[in-house]
Amino acid sequence: MTDLPADLTRATAAVLGEALADKTISSVELTQAHLDRIAAVDGAVHSYLHVDPEGALAAARDVDGRRSTGETLGVLAGVPIAVKDVMATRGLPTTCGSKMLEGWIPPYDATVVAKLRAAGLPILGKTNMDEFAMGSSTEHSAYGPSRNPWDLTRIPGGSGGGSSSVLASFQAPLATGTDTGGSIRQPAAVTATVGTKPTYGGVSRYGLVALASSLDQAGPCGRTVLDTALLHAVMGGHDPMDSTSIAAPVPPVVEAARRADVSGLRVGVVKELGGQGYQAGVQERFDESVQLLVDLGAEVVEVSCPNFEYALAAYYLILPSEASSNLAKFDAMRYGMRVGPEGVEAPSAEQVMAATREAGFGPEVKRRIILGTYALSSGYYDAYYGSAQKVRTLIAQDFDAAFEQVDVLVSPTTPTTAFAFGDKLDDPMAMYLNDIATIPANLAGLPGMSLPAGLASEDGLPVGFQILAPAMQDDRLYAVGGALEGALTDRWGGPVLNGIPDLPTAPADRTGV
Amino acid sequence: MSSLTRADVAHLAGLARIELSDAELDRMVGELGVIIESVAKVQQAPIDGVAPMSHPLPLTNVTRPDVVRPSLTPAEALAGAPASDQQRFSVPRILDEE
Repeated sequence: MTDLPADLTRATAAVLGEALADKTISSVELTQAHLDRIAAVDGAVHSYLHVDPEGALAAARDVDGRRSTGETLGVLAGVPIAVKDVMATRGLPTTCGSKMLEGWIPPYDATVVAKLRAAGLPILGKTNMDEFAMGSSTEHSAYGPSRNPWDLTRIPGGSGGGSSSVLASFQAPLATGTDTGGSIRQPAAVTATVGTKPTYGGVSRYGLVALASSLDQAGPCGRTVLDTALLHAVMGGHDPMDSTSIAAPVPPVVEAARRADVSGLRVGVVKELGGQGYQAGVQERFDESVQLLVDLGAEVVEVSCPNFEYALAAYYLILPSEASSNLAKFDAMRYGMRVGPEGVEAPSAEQVMAATREAGFGPEVKRRIILGTYALSSGYYDAYYGSAQKVRTLIAQDFDAAFEQVDVLVSPTTPTTAFAFGDKLDDPMAMYLNDIATIPANLAGLPGMSLPAGLASEDGLPVGFQILAPAMQDDRLYAVGGALEGALTDRWGGPVLNGIPDLPTAPADRTGV
Repeated sequence: MSSLTRADVAHLAGLARIELSDAELDRMVGELGVIIESVAKVQQAPIDGVAPMSHPLPLTNVTRPDVVRPSLTPAEALAGAPASDQQRFSVPRILDEE
């Protein structure tokens, strides 16, 4: 294996899969290398809420044993992975970043997790996230924020900031995410990693703690486009346990990532997602990537999606409305926290529920549940939730019209590079604006990817390039992403993550989780 | 555009079964006011005569075959319960005193 680096944690999942297949390395050796890395750096980064050395090594030993008997295994068998804490893992704590679920150990696996186990990926642990996936920074995690490995004073994105920071700090070669309004793509953008939100229904939602059921979609996170495609192929596909799962094969994402060809492809730059409000260095890297696509043979045109200006407002009505309903299940009766109201003798179930939700939910969760309750209340329903649903139709129509002219749409993933902790914590609307470019795809149910476009000149921090495609054409994301990644990596002389500063090493304090 | 009063927020929190302290209520009134003013922008979109969209997939009545399959044992189902008794979830009283 000529491509295999001395430090195994720096290798791509694709290369690791090959090295495992030809027995250059064992899964136990590889998994232990990542556990050692976690022990060394996660004290500084705080990507993981829970690490499972015994479980991961047991899974690794099992894969090594099966391989030694000549069993044919999948391409990622033996490659360890980090799982976002929104996914139910049998026997492993699943908190969703909330005190409400502190210590909860699910009695079953999410379908995605079952697929990972069946494909032989040892699960290293569970990654941090904003509470119930509500946030863009992990500052809303009840267990403290994760830090951006590029600059530990800055946010790693959210809600999937645990998964993005795991990848950028080489604590796992692969991670899972969920994307309701950008929670895979925005964290990828601010950490120079790759993340895909598949077509809605492309990956099972069974066993995921639901935020907004018509928007939530699980997807793969990696450090390269090919790695992300390999994981996408493992996670995706029809699941009878999810009634919104699409009964069709996973689009040919791995083939597309390997082909990495954009010649003759029509690429539309979304006029409304750029320019004013976008950081100069973000726009500069984006424009440069667009030019590279032209150089690679793509036809680039500007496309207008006039109703995108209403997307953020529609999203922040639809999401809280669905969340207020989904989170009603945290009623202190069947699982999760239960506390009684103070000074009440023999309290009623309702009083216990209200006291528990006061104690168990953080401020952002309470804010969104109450906002959703308002938007759905009689007298306001038509003006807010009803109007938002109509805007959703307009957004979908904008996409339909755009995809009559072009094969894919592109934009910067986020308006700015990673901001500092605390910058937007006291201003919910400022926090919500981080999702302005990623939200339209969720409203329409379309696939989207973010991949690194380089570092912004003014602050040296990562910039994300977003690609959007029509439903079930997820492979186009990988064809474009693969081509652009190849051209950018040639220009840089290696992956952008090679330039990330070294981390301080300190043991993690994970008490109480 | 109606703006929310403190009493409105207290009422909504009650509907959502969330106790709020006085300090939380004070803070929430201001924050929700700003957010609601901002999301009211949906009313300015050209939505007259537009059909509402509730979901990205046009699916109806998805069912799977009605066959017996393995399920959780009672012990597994109750494993996360705050309290249980005789293979049942144990809950606080559900009726008022009177």
